[in-house]
Amino acid sequence: MSEPTHGSTVEQEEVVLKDTSDHDEIAIETTGPDGSVLLEVDHVTLRFGGVVALNDVNFQIRRGEILGLIGPNGAGKTTCFNAMTGVYTPTEGKIRFKGTEIAGTKPHKINQLGIARTFQNIRLFPEMSAMENVMVGCDARHKTSVPGALFRIYRQRPKEEELPDNGIRRAFAKVFGISRHTLEERAGRRRSMELLRFVGIADRAHELARNLPYGYQRRLEIARALATEPELICLDEPAAGFNPAEKEDLMGLIRRIRDLGHTVLVIEHDMKLVLGVTDRIVVLEFGQKIAEGTPDEVARNPKVIAAYLGEPDDAA
Amino acid sequence: MDFNNLISGLDRHTLDGITRGSIYALVALGYTMVYGVMKLINFAHSEVFMVGTWAVLGTYTVIGATAGDGLGMVIAATVLALLAAMLASAGTALAVERIAYRPLRKKGAPPLIFLITGIGCSMVLVEIFGQVLRVFFGRPFGRVTVNIPSVLETKTVFTIPGIDLAVSNTRILIIVGAIVMMLALDAFVNKSRLGRGVRAVAQDPDTASLMGVNQERVIMLVFVLGGAMAGVAALLYTVQYDITKFDIGFIIGLKAFTAAVLGGIGNLRGALVGGLFLGLVEVYASAVWDSSWTNVYAFVVLVVVLMFRPTGLLGESLGKARA
Repeated sequence: MSEPTHGSTVEQEEVVLKDTSDHDEIAIETTGPDGSVLLEVDHVTLRFGGVVALNDVNFQIRRGEILGLIGPNGAGKTTCFNAMTGVYTPTEGKIRFKGTEIAGTKPHKINQLGIARTFQNIRLFPEMSAMENVMVGCDARHKTSVPGALFRIYRQRPKEEELPDNGIRRAFAKVFGISRHTLEERAGRRRSMELLRFVGIADRAHELARNLPYGYQRRLEIARALATEPELICLDEPAAGFNPAEKEDLMGLIRRIRDLGHTVLVIEHDMKLVLGVTDRIVVLEFGQKIAEGTPDEVARNPKVIAAYLGEPDDAA
Repeated sequence: MDFNNLISGLDRHTLDGITRGSIYALVALGYTMVYGVMKLINFAHSEVFMVGTWAVLGTYTVIGATAGDGLGMVIAATVLALLAAMLASAGTALAVERIAYRPLRKKGAPPLIFLITGIGCSMVLVEIFGQVLRVFFGRPFGRVTVNIPSVLETKTVFTIPGIDLAVSNTRILIIVGAIVMMLALDAFVNKSRLGRGVRAVAQDPDTASLMGVNQERVIMLVFVLGGAMAGVAALLYTVQYDITKFDIGFIIGLKAFTAAVLGGIGNLRGALVGGLFLGLVEVYASAVWDSSWTNVYAFVVLVVVLMFRPTGLLGESLGKARA
């Protein structure tokens, strides 16, 4: 990913525009070895009245991979996606995340389990700064309860570097410790800035989300989703409206997201991007899975070519 | 028409208007926060205020505070009454949310159902204090006006020189108290982690949930905060007027709701602007014309303002509270 060319630094925070090489602050811990099953779509059928939106769809997402979900318009990609994030309950079959069935779980609980998503049509919190948008995501992982945050009873002994510089406050912190809420808030602030740097938009961290350019908004959505520390991050058409150079950047970003420890699911129309970045691809047509395999296999699969690619060179 | 009355007593009327407006503004916060997050007018909020005034009376009775107590007792009684009122009002608001609104929300009821339920809750609470409690405890409950001992006696603290305006301790308490609470709430919503969640839900509830914000918790928080503010308003009201009544919430609630709409419902700072504006308009208009028409002036002003600024003086949105 190319580095942002804007030279301005932002007040309040010390911004290093370069993406630093180590990501201690934002890398996540996975709950199993790479290649083990993370999410399982187990023979799922979904009917709306008489319409069969998904018909016996069956595939798995494995830890540490980048999986593409593609198909022509109306193939059931978004429906499948919504079922995976708990919006729809399958008529038949099960969707399991880390072995737990997720149908009927509330959205914020699904997020806590470790699934986050971005949206095809951008849905940021428009009246918050970029930084605050990401911090909302970080807040999802905070442990301090509402009373805990109000009364700050739970205190921890701070490390040397966490002590305030001011003499009196320093002495106070040494004696009484620092509340976990404060420490979490500071950690959230650091992580948020790190994430903004990671996606390459740290230079405008304190601008309102609605004032950011389109490309920045898309990346901000990704940063916000990453902030919730999801094992599985689902990107819904992340390249929509991007020019070729931006798509190139995005592919790099998706790979680096995987390197942080996340498993990535990409729904995308742009074949070049999907073939270029994914490890495996699942192809849907009319609510059925018609192919599954590596990009090469899928690109050569006659069924896929017939159904979706048309002319192999000029797809999507 | 008596413009001379208004002009000659402008300082006094202004002080009156700000006092009255501060109380409206504090109650208005409850309407505006709930609206900002749920797009719902909580018509039971007027009774949340009413319960607060009874909590003040209850506290004074229990600790035996009366007019003419020493300074220590006055401070202790006022602080305890404040805490009791905040607790009682917040508890009432939370109970209304839990018992009346949450089951409806779970079933996905349409917005109109919430409105009528709110009005129903309001009536139930009024009748509890007007009838039910009297059956069990007798007076002071019942359908009469009840005096609250003026523990904090009105005394002139200083006189503004030049215009010769006497400022009393109660007025200072009301105005300063209201402003402090509003600043605190504003800072809470704009600066804190919980406030961030509140704004996220106000701006886009579905996305907020998908990002891990617990919507139910935000809704509870909003009711509790709005209730606590109504509790503060209840104490300040009793300090100024020394009375309560089973239906005291009705007109104040209506005025506070008007203030919220005037300022731009869903907007915290709008509640302050709307409250003060309404308080001043009422007092000024009463000085010029007949004071028995106070309520008429208030609502005429509402209609006129909304004709020109349908979203209120500062415009809608809790999310936009960040200036």
